[in-house]
Amino acid sequence: MHLISLPIEEQAILLLAGMVLFTSFILLAQPRIVSTIHSFAWQGILLALVTVLVAYDTGLHHLYISALITFLMKGLFIPWLLHRLIHKMEFQREKDIIHHPALVLLAGGFLVIFCYSTALPIAKMSNSVTQPIIGLSMAMVMLGMLMLITRRKAVSQVIGFMAMENGLFFAAISATHGMPMVVELGIAFDVFVASIIFGIFFFHIKNSFDSLDVDQMSKLSEIDR
Amino acid sequence: MNLIYLTLITPLIGGFTLAWVKSPKLGATLNSAFSLANVLVAAALLLEVSQQTTAGNPSSNWYVDSLSVYLIGLTVFVGFTTSIFSKPYMLHEAEVRSLTNSRMRLYHASFQGFIFTMLLALSTNNLGILWVALEGATLATVLLVSLYRTQESIEAAWKYFILCGVGIAQALFGTVLIYYAAAQVIPNGDSTLLWTELSTHAPELNPVIVSIAFVFLIVGYGTKVGLVPLHNWLPDAHSEGPTPMSAVLSGLLLNVALYALIRFKMITDSALQFSHMPHLAGFLMMGFGLLSFSVAALFLHRQTDIKRLFSYSSIEHMALMTFGIGLGTPLSVFAALLHMLVHGLTKSAIFITVGHASQIAGTQRIEKIRGLIQTQPSVGWGLMLGTAAIAGFPPFGIFTSEFLLLSSTIHTYPWLAIPLLTGLAIAFAGLFRHIQPICFGIAPEGQKPVPATMWPVYLHLTLVLILGIALSEQLSMWFDKVTLLITGSHVL
Repeated sequence: MHLISLPIEEQAILLLAGMVLFTSFILLAQPRIVSTIHSFAWQGILLALVTVLVAYDTGLHHLYISALITFLMKGLFIPWLLHRLIHKMEFQREKDIIHHPALVLLAGGFLVIFCYSTALPIAKMSNSVTQPIIGLSMAMVMLGMLMLITRRKAVSQVIGFMAMENGLFFAAISATHGMPMVVELGIAFDVFVASIIFGIFFFHIKNSFDSLDVDQMSKLSEIDR
Repeated sequence: MNLIYLTLITPLIGGFTLAWVKSPKLGATLNSAFSLANVLVAAALLLEVSQQTTAGNPSSNWYVDSLSVYLIGLTVFVGFTTSIFSKPYMLHEAEVRSLTNSRMRLYHASFQGFIFTMLLALSTNNLGILWVALEGATLATVLLVSLYRTQESIEAAWKYFILCGVGIAQALFGTVLIYYAAAQVIPNGDSTLLWTELSTHAPELNPVIVSIAFVFLIVGYGTKVGLVPLHNWLPDAHSEGPTPMSAVLSGLLLNVALYALIRFKMITDSALQFSHMPHLAGFLMMGFGLLSFSVAALFLHRQTDIKRLFSYSSIEHMALMTFGIGLGTPLSVFAALLHMLVHGLTKSAIFITVGHASQIAGTQRIEKIRGLIQTQPSVGWGLMLGTAAIAGFPPFGIFTSEFLLLSSTIHTYPWLAIPLLTGLAIAFAGLFRHIQPICFGIAPEGQKPVPATMWPVYLHLTLVLILGIALSEQLSMWFDKVTLLITGSHVL
């Protein structure tokens, strides 16, 4: 497939898809909490943009609705909510410590290669322009998981969690041009409720541990000590 | 059709109503009342399905067959008996831990909300909605795990939220892949994720995509079933949350997660039947099952918290069922289905007694709970009998199902019977070394009985006993029908 021979909107889809993946890497390496939230918002906005382009390219109108929901939820609501929460708790200047950032980024690169090769047999199935994106979306899910593992602050863990959700949405858009509407609405509702519950949790964690460090949560163990 | 809606609406109305009821006493009574109403509606649904084999429209989102309706029955029944137990228990807890009225409101509303998500997962025909419902179950229960607001409970809830969220995200990825595979053979977009459509078109699905999808699905839903190595949330959530929650988590949530896995295994099996690895799904389930079973049996020995002890026992039993379903012979599937029922009943009964036991002793630490039979014989004997049942003593039902499972293992893979038997023996010892002094030890001075409703426990145990001694013909015919649905052949 020659990129140049594709229509301009399909080239744009692939370019933006690459940028979405790039934001995943920014999330992985950005220690400052506020900047992490901003990068997450950018990821959501780019994702909505890709969805609009896919909708335009395929002529599927229900994708416009998904794009709107994504923009409102991932681009505006969740970043706004997180912002408000850390302002309330006065954590604006907070930094997350990432041990071995270079190693983490390298591992991220390997994950992308791994996911891309795993998804190759799937992507070969059809000729649609969004096929190469399936591997990228799988990589986004994995990068979100990696972020969850490497981060120590509750806020950045939540962002990792939501970035995984972004990857899943991306997978649905690229593989099948979205899920059935009922399912998509259900998932959006779940994400909405989850973000509110996460917000409640920040206060609980802060009230009982005096910080948002999840490292302090170490009372429970598998066996007697 | 209408009965399905009615089954779903009852807990939904219950949840919204209870969110507004200020008095904890009234809330607890209403909670039981809504659960009772739900039992009645579900009984009518059960009757309809037993006469017509299915209910609902197979081309709509709501459709119930003999497999799902059996779990609906179990869900509403355990939900009801647990709500009965919850009243005196939670009122006592509210006093001891000085829970505010608004937290009790949250508790009751979430209880009904959880039952709603379980029923939603079971009565839907759409595999996407199934995912939404299981994620909803996490959301409904996560604030309950941290209800007591201790450091431990918040840690447990956070772990539960993150681990289950991450796990179930993998399941959604698997579902997307299945949808992708299906979209190429089923033209109509909106009905592509319907179980009825998928199962008829399953042999045409692309085997490579389906096998990749199943790997994601077993990791995802397996997390919720409590399969090792993603089981860590389970003992924490069970031990730190309020006991009625532990009872319904163990008795219901794990079963429903396994139900999701069974559905996808059926699709995977028929999609892979002509490929070079037709038993991939079964082998994966057997492997994870056996691993989780052995790990949980060993961990039973090292527990100091009585609720953690029994949550490891839950992992062990869920692993046995996963193994049985993975084995895939009619007899082993029959055994796993029976095991689901008897384990659900026994484990919720045990958690009810454990709840009272820790109220009597004022702690959940095993070494501090002593002499239950001396202090309050009804609780002590309940715990003893429950443990005997869960450890697989004849004549309780778990003995029957484990026996069937073992004999089907010996038929197909005789060598696997050795780790199974060893594991059962280890688990047996692990339970009794802890429970024996708890029941028969000498009670510390000043230990007093607590207000307890024990009849749900004895009701559950009697049912398990009856299932062990004489499995009624109707029930065994029913399980036979479900086995036919899953494996394609009869067992009887």
